Amino acid sequence: MNPPLLQVNRLRVEFATRGGPLLALDDVSLSIDAGEILGVVGESGAGKSLTGAAVIGLIEPPGRIRGGEILLDGRRIDDLPPQEMRRLRGRRIGAIFQDPLTSLNPLYTVGRQLVETIRTHLPLGAAAARQRALDLLAATGIPSPSERYDHYPHQFSGGMRQRIVIALALAAEPSLLIADEPTTALDVSIQAQVIDLLRRLCREHGTAVMLVTHDMGVIAETADRIAVMYAGRIIEIGPAADVIHRPRHPYTVGLMGSIPRFDDGVARLAQIDGAMPRLDAIPTGCAFHPRCTRAVDRCRDERPELDGPGRDGNHAVACWVAS
Amino acid sequence: MRDRPRRLGPPAWLHGWLRRWRNSELVYDFRRSPAAIAAAVVGGALLLAAAGAPWVAPQDPFDLASLELLDAFKPPAWLPDGARHYLLGTDGQGRDVLSVVLYGTRLSVAIGVAAVLLAILFGVATGLAAGFAGGAVDAFLMRVADVQLSFPAILVALLIAGVARDLFPHGGQDVGARIALPVLVVAIAAASWPQYARTVRGSTLVEKNREYVLAARVIGVSPLRIVLTHVLPNVLGPVYVLATVNVATAIITEATLSFLGVGVPPTTPSLGTLIRIGNDFLLSGEWWIVVFPGAALLALALSINLLGDWLRDALNPRLR
Amino acid sequence: MNALPNATDAADDAPVVRAIDIARHFDVSPPWIDRVLRRGGRRLVRAVDGVSFEIGRGETFALVGESGCGKSTVARMLVGLERPDRGRVEFLGADLQAGSTAAARARRGRLQVIFQDPYASLDPRWRVGSIIGEPLRAAGLAPGAGATAERVAELLRQVGLSPADATKFPHQFSGGQRQRISIARALAARPQMLVCDEPTSALDVSVQAQVLNLLQDLQRDLRLTLLFISHNLGVVHHIAHRVGVMYLGRVVELAPRRRLFATPRHPYTRMLLDAIPDLEMSGRPRSPVSGEVPSALAPPPGCAFHPRCPHADARCRSEVPREIVEAGADGPAMVACHAVEERRIGVAAAAT
Repeated sequence: MNPPLLQVNRLRVEFATRGGPLLALDDVSLSIDAGEILGVVGESGAGKSLTGAAVIGLIEPPGRIRGGEILLDGRRIDDLPPQEMRRLRGRRIGAIFQDPLTSLNPLYTVGRQLVETIRTHLPLGAAAARQRALDLLAATGIPSPSERYDHYPHQFSGGMRQRIVIALALAAEPSLLIADEPTTALDVSIQAQVIDLLRRLCREHGTAVMLVTHDMGVIAETADRIAVMYAGRIIEIGPAADVIHRPRHPYTVGLMGSIPRFDDGVARLAQIDGAMPRLDAIPTGCAFHPRCTRAVDRCRDERPELDGPGRDGNHAVACWVAS
Repeated sequence: MRDRPRRLGPPAWLHGWLRRWRNSELVYDFRRSPAAIAAAVVGGALLLAAAGAPWVAPQDPFDLASLELLDAFKPPAWLPDGARHYLLGTDGQGRDVLSVVLYGTRLSVAIGVAAVLLAILFGVATGLAAGFAGGAVDAFLMRVADVQLSFPAILVALLIAGVARDLFPHGGQDVGARIALPVLVVAIAAASWPQYARTVRGSTLVEKNREYVLAARVIGVSPLRIVLTHVLPNVLGPVYVLATVNVATAIITEATLSFLGVGVPPTTPSLGTLIRIGNDFLLSGEWWIVVFPGAALLALALSINLLGDWLRDALNPRLR
Repeated sequence: MNALPNATDAADDAPVVRAIDIARHFDVSPPWIDRVLRRGGRRLVRAVDGVSFEIGRGETFALVGESGCGKSTVARMLVGLERPDRGRVEFLGADLQAGSTAAARARRGRLQVIFQDPYASLDPRWRVGSIIGEPLRAAGLAPGAGATAERVAELLRQVGLSPADATKFPHQFSGGQRQRISIARALAARPQMLVCDEPTSALDVSVQAQVLNLLQDLQRDLRLTLLFISHNLGVVHHIAHRVGVMYLGRVVELAPRRRLFATPRHPYTRMLLDAIPDLEMSGRPRSPVSGEVPSALAPPPGCAFHPRCPHADARCRSEVPREIVEAGADGPAMVACHAVEERRIGVAAAAT
């Protein structure tokens, strides 16, 4: 059993506010093996984007990492000086964000942006870098790459821009890719194309992916394992099919039930009353207990931990009732 | 909208409003900004003293009877020749410089604030109309604003003053003095309203496509009501910042105009007139006649500008 | 309550709203002087190019499509925010835009709207109570502060919030709660019809479920008619009785919900249904999807979908397909496709 590519241990991230520090990530632990796709799922405010940002070192004040550690290939990366982190970013870890419009610099041609990224991280000459850029454009499905090489971002559609962003992220052959809501801003038909592309390229290059999204459908199509986040904690983690079809945590059960499906049997969607607690009002014990139909006294008093490692086929849950 | 007040001490809405104000982001930000606090203290002190000039000033410089010609050109109190009750010295006619600075500041500030209020009234109304109506109305109003911008305040003041003089040829000195102040206020306002109009027009263009405005239209609220109750409160943010800085600019413009002799008549001293008068004596040794009015003007303008800067940063949601 | 003329209330099976060949163009030409200097022509975006449908009382009609198809513009024409450049909208038997009398205004007031963005739909400076009470004041239905407050409290309870929330400001509420406030505002003047423009697209899945359940309950209790605009086929499948699919300004297929999802006819509908991510993880093979939505500035000639359609032929490239209506046990269905008309495509079951 190989050690994981990425290991996050008991990560805590807090934000300084005038009312005092707020804990946005509370003891988050997860791991990703080389070549694996981990889907991190949760609703707004759960902390999933923050987890991705922490791994890639993009947490800005007033946020800061308060505790825990992040290990890439066994080496700690959360305490690296900015210079080193910058070298790591792009070369070992790539990132894709939600909005393709702002991920690309509107003032430079896409070719130039690709070459800049390539040459920053790989020792290639100008001609070799250009060729590699063209190959990347072709691999991501951009028609007539040699023509489009000299086009500016605004000359591409949203779906095309996201493909270019993927090309940029994979330019230096990183071993880990953080994809933060990569398809949320795209139409359904384009979404399908981009997910296919992402999955195919990552399999081909053996790139591990942390796919952060709130869209269960996208996760179902792409992920090998799924981690469900709620109020800054991971409450369930396991193989994708298990988490989706046999969810253990009451929140996950409720979540799956509220997704409209295409069978005719459902007259009324399952709903979870209430809303995710705000950071300054996180309940004691299990953060979900006020909204949980199965809560017992212990849920209010003691915070449950994950009952397993959540990898190699293990389906772990952090719940007193479900364990 | 009125909530039924519960009678516990001050009316509930006032109590709530005060509490919200005290706990608001703005006040919190203010307390943590040394520049803002210093500016507020200095500027506030100056403004208070100037506002209370009739009671604070040791002498009434307009009362010719209280002037002692023999006390002319006395230096400030801490210099060998100075006297204690002429703290900052006296000018060529025996007027106490401290009193004159207080009264002058009072007049300058009054003119500045009046001009800014007039500019806001006209500029915001124009901006709202242009932004909301769009089309030809927008194009016309903005061209008027553009034309206005090409005339500097001084030119406008000269123009209006000249026209006024032609309209009232027989009044002579007295009428000239009486219309000089309104003319000044109008001139400065005329020079500054376009920036409000532009800012408000831009914000209005954004707000009028927001869903809450669309919802009001679907509900059937009349366009005028929509503009006044929905759009206006939401576009005033940048206006506050502009207005603060504009007061400083207006005061300096007034000082400049008075310095050039086309502002307030020389009989009613403002900071500008004082600086002009004192300027003649600068090199002959009686430096205090120009330096103290100048320092007052500097302190006032600087503190208002610092407050304006702080306000702009504090109100900017992206910088928080 | 203002009384409406009898004719519109009597016939319960008369459609509540009818869109008759509505079209809307947006002029995005460069300024006149640039056009003269560069000898360019006008540029028009045909956001909506001939859409017709009707909705019956108590029915939920959904319009689906991807970005740029014009569904939001249709929604705006339906509520009177935009005037159709062609065709007309009839509401309760009369032209929506016609008439500025009090009766006409009152009639228009029975059609309300809920928008997509919960953060921009409410004036951030108004209290919730005033926001909800505004339609009452605008329609002249507020007999006084006390009665208004009571109606506001009743509405808040109806949408699942507390009457005490009336004194709060929008920023104190979550996205889902703000949508409920928008719904309360829309219901204030007792409308007969609600146009919902992507009301749950900006909400989390569990919150979306709450809002959808609420809309369904309200529809049942108040016999509301709904026009539901969405790009999410799952939501549409759950809530709609009939569905219209739009592409580049035209409706390409319209059918009762079950029929549309079970046996989609138009190639675009099939492509859309095929592209939905498979939550069941059945591992079904997907036919590769090609291309993207073309720009509305230069729509392809003939059938707008032909560049992406595997069944396109010469006729598709030159002739705009006409709408073919056929009856069915559960209601009429329409499709606008040459290949279907010529029976070049069989009726296949959808792969979902």
